[in-house]
Amino acid sequence: MPAPLRTAALGAAAAVFVFVSGSAFAQKKYDTGATDTEVKIGHIVPYSGPASAYGIIGKTEEAYFKMINENGGINGRKIKFISYDDAYSPPKAVEQVRKLVESDEVLVVFNALGTPSNTAIQKYLNSKKVPQLFVATGATKWNDPTHFPWTIGWQPSYQSEARIYAKFLMKEKPDAKIAVLYQNDDFGKDYLKGLKDGFAGKTSAIIAEESYEVSEPTIDNHIVKLKATGADVLISITTPKFAAQTIKKMAEIDWKALQIVANVSTSVGAVMKPAGFENGQGVLSAHYAKDAGDAQWKDDPGMKKFLAFLDKHYPDADRSNSQVIYGYGAAQTMTKILEMCGDDLTRANIMKQAADLKDFTPDTLLPGVKLNTSATDFAPIEQLQMMRFKGEKWEMFGDVISGEAATH
Amino acid sequence: MSAVEEVVTEAPAVEAVPKRAMTLGLGTSLVVLAALVIAPLFVKNFIIFQMTMLLIYALAVLALNILTGGSGQFSLGQSAFYAVGAYTSAILMEHVGMNYALTLPIAGIICFAFGFVFGQPALRLSGVYLALATFALAVAMPQLLKLGFFEHWTGGVQGLVVTKPDAPFGLPMSQDMWLYYFTLVIGVGIYIASVNLLRSRSGRAFMAIRDNEIAASAMGVDVALYKTLAFGVSAGITGVAGGLGAIAVQFVAPDGYTITLAISLFLGMVVGGVGWLPGSIVGSAFIIFVPNIAEGISKGLSGAVFGVLLFLVIFLVPHGARQVAMVAQQMLGKLKKN
Amino acid sequence: MELFTNQVLAGIATGAIYACMALAVVMIYQAIDHLNFAQGEMAMFSTFISWQLMQWGIPYWWAFLATLIISFGGGILIERLLFKPLAKAPILTNVAGFIALFAIVNSVAGLIWDFTIKQYPSPFGSSPFLGSQLISTHQAGMIGVTLLLLILLFLFFQYTRIGLAMRAAASLPESARLVGINTSWMIALGWGMATAIGAIAGILIAPVVFLEPNMMGGVLIYGFAAAVLGGLTSPLGAVLGGFLVGVFENLAGTYIPGVGNELKLPIALALIITVLVVKPAGLLGRPIVKRV
Repeated sequence: MPAPLRTAALGAAAAVFVFVSGSAFAQKKYDTGATDTEVKIGHIVPYSGPASAYGIIGKTEEAYFKMINENGGINGRKIKFISYDDAYSPPKAVEQVRKLVESDEVLVVFNALGTPSNTAIQKYLNSKKVPQLFVATGATKWNDPTHFPWTIGWQPSYQSEARIYAKFLMKEKPDAKIAVLYQNDDFGKDYLKGLKDGFAGKTSAIIAEESYEVSEPTIDNHIVKLKATGADVLISITTPKFAAQTIKKMAEIDWKALQIVANVSTSVGAVMKPAGFENGQGVLSAHYAKDAGDAQWKDDPGMKKFLAFLDKHYPDADRSNSQVIYGYGAAQTMTKILEMCGDDLTRANIMKQAADLKDFTPDTLLPGVKLNTSATDFAPIEQLQMMRFKGEKWEMFGDVISGEAATH
Repeated sequence: MSAVEEVVTEAPAVEAVPKRAMTLGLGTSLVVLAALVIAPLFVKNFIIFQMTMLLIYALAVLALNILTGGSGQFSLGQSAFYAVGAYTSAILMEHVGMNYALTLPIAGIICFAFGFVFGQPALRLSGVYLALATFALAVAMPQLLKLGFFEHWTGGVQGLVVTKPDAPFGLPMSQDMWLYYFTLVIGVGIYIASVNLLRSRSGRAFMAIRDNEIAASAMGVDVALYKTLAFGVSAGITGVAGGLGAIAVQFVAPDGYTITLAISLFLGMVVGGVGWLPGSIVGSAFIIFVPNIAEGISKGLSGAVFGVLLFLVIFLVPHGARQVAMVAQQMLGKLKKN
Repeated sequence: MELFTNQVLAGIATGAIYACMALAVVMIYQAIDHLNFAQGEMAMFSTFISWQLMQWGIPYWWAFLATLIISFGGGILIERLLFKPLAKAPILTNVAGFIALFAIVNSVAGLIWDFTIKQYPSPFGSSPFLGSQLISTHQAGMIGVTLLLLILLFLFFQYTRIGLAMRAAASLPESARLVGINTSWMIALGWGMATAIGAIAGILIAPVVFLEPNMMGGVLIYGFAAAVLGGLTSPLGAVLGGFLVGVFENLAGTYIPGVGNELKLPIALALIITVLVVKPAGLLGRPIVKRV
């Protein structure tokens, strides 16, 4: 695109400067946002508005990078973590990300949350060749290195999780009559697609599909409707508040179906406790990370590090909130990438390192779950382990399963 | 207990703005225009983008000013028209391959029709009831946009990505700068047309309806026609703003056009001064920049800070920026005398 | 047929939520002739206060009483401090004030109690009501309390001097002042009562939807819709409106093919607008006559 003369002149001057400085400090290569002493990381998340419950991820990551700085930074450089509120609104997300890239001049945009926001900024970031790292959503479309080489996901995609449930049901309950309750947005629809793909050939197993809107105060009447279909399995593709409502209502109306709940709603503190532990017995799900509210990890070294981090840098955090442990894991992955870059902090190198993760295990993932990426695989975490809610915690069972699709 | 509740008509719900004060003087207008033309040459692309959004929201607030300030009809539903305009542009550009400039008049006309049609049932409603009806429209719009039925066109929940146009004829300016000037020209055009509309016979009809509907109809004003016309015009302008917004942000999705947008536009109108067209740009600046300022002050309490700032504004200047301008004008008048 | 009955009953259960909120809406409308957008947030805040009191060990009913008193006082305080100065300002400026209040209350609640959902106890328990699988004892209790509130409000407005004074102050302020009613304090009283009723609504609703700062967002629009449908001058209409909206929405979701489920809310709102076009004062509202 034709750039104004002014910018071209500035660009030329900058190039000369970099060249000169490059020859003065041999082997160190920087793009905008990285210097000898500092790396700027940009971030957006809803701190206000309907999705503000996720703001805690931003706070956790801020605390994490503060800890990194106190321990000397990464390769001697301090992290400047700049996080803005996008209020879960795509136009606002665009504005904030442009601010990060053009005004604050960050090196990368990290862990932006929500599919709408990320879709809005994806084209811009790719055209500007700014890494859109470790996107905080499970939508499947982030794993597309051919079309969007600067965008990479992190958590297991919703579709891969759904396929695992489908596999499980086909094996353990082949005659199941399945009802699906899903949130009517891309989160819910992505899952539903994964389920149907997983049941390929046997989609008649799904006898009822019921969607709900986030704006509904309660989804109780949907549960009533689904019970009337006579299903004996309910797959609950819901966010925390609605997952809790579902568990509670099912108990209230005495619907004894097997319940599988989406991974995003498995927090003991945020979902199972409000719903009532006695109501949640036997609920199934799958997870890739540890739950800090679960005593079984008491002596686990990774968990101890996480808890020590919280004690020192974020003591008010609600430990049983899975968003906190999520933020830690993502931030740790970001730190690893920067470490791997060494002194070559160009954006191209960052993407190269991000596409070169081999069996990386952050402190907070389940034993057996590892991050792997390659030039054709931009989905770092693809494994999950199934778990069953028993007593006051989740019990893992079975093997760590990979949710990879058979074909890409 | 009477079967009927009697209410004495007190002051009209929307107060009148004297015609003379409806716009800035010619001198002030030219200065503002000059500032708007020159500013982009000195700032970064990101600021130009923000200024473009400023103009776009100012257009939407202007439209609301015509509807509420001009014809006295409350509307908390402008986000619905904005969304329709945005999606019209996006669909025409991405699915039909139409040139971006052509999509805008089409968006405007479609929204005009939409507003006109909505104005019909709205005729029988006023005040709080009309507010609720428009509120309902704004709440319904994202749902409608998500409908599976339209998904092939609208992209459903995922939305549509829009391509930003380059400056034509190979002009040496960035996409942002070109879009800014494009928006400025359209904005100024619509502003001038709106001022003329409000000064014309139709405008007088609007204001008569606003001040006292019953008296207006007794005087022979075709209330039904003018009320729906006001809705149509307002919706049409908002639709054009929406189309421009789609191009500037390069993305349309149902989540971007929620009731929050409608409420923001309403606040923009109040802060700028209801019925005072030049105030639209002040109101627009308020709704774009004050939330950022609030976030800067406190991330956790950004909503509270915003609320406090809003309260400050409405305590100090209950009539919005118009009040500030009037005070300034009075002071200038005194200075001239001395 | 069974599905129909199920949906109707479920609709009545949800409708009780809307009816509760609608009563608070009608209350404030009776006092100030406007809809207060911040009503839902204030109800949510009151509910959080009661939750916090219980966290500190205070038993349910004492916490309930304390919250009512705090809410009543809080409502009056907010009116005196924030809205009395705006009394002479245009109505639209007042509406902007409501919006500002909404933002402040929501944000402060989020800061103090964060956005994760909290369990909220119900005094009625949550076992199936009369063995029915569709309505729990809590929901039945909610309907009962709403009806009780309704009767109390009706008696208040019809048969007490203050109630009459409040109605006079709202609809004919000039005349009311002429007979010696302090209209300014009537407004403050109205705010106090509306906030207290909102607190009751929130306390009843929280066990079902779970307590969190955004819990009233969806409920408020339904509350407005129900109140408008029933007639903004009639508490009975508000309650009726609430139940009607709940039932209608459910039936629309079940029986309108294809889009019924996704468009439940818009369809419910369209219904209300249709009713308004035919009967502008709502089902049970008294027609408003304007003297020119």
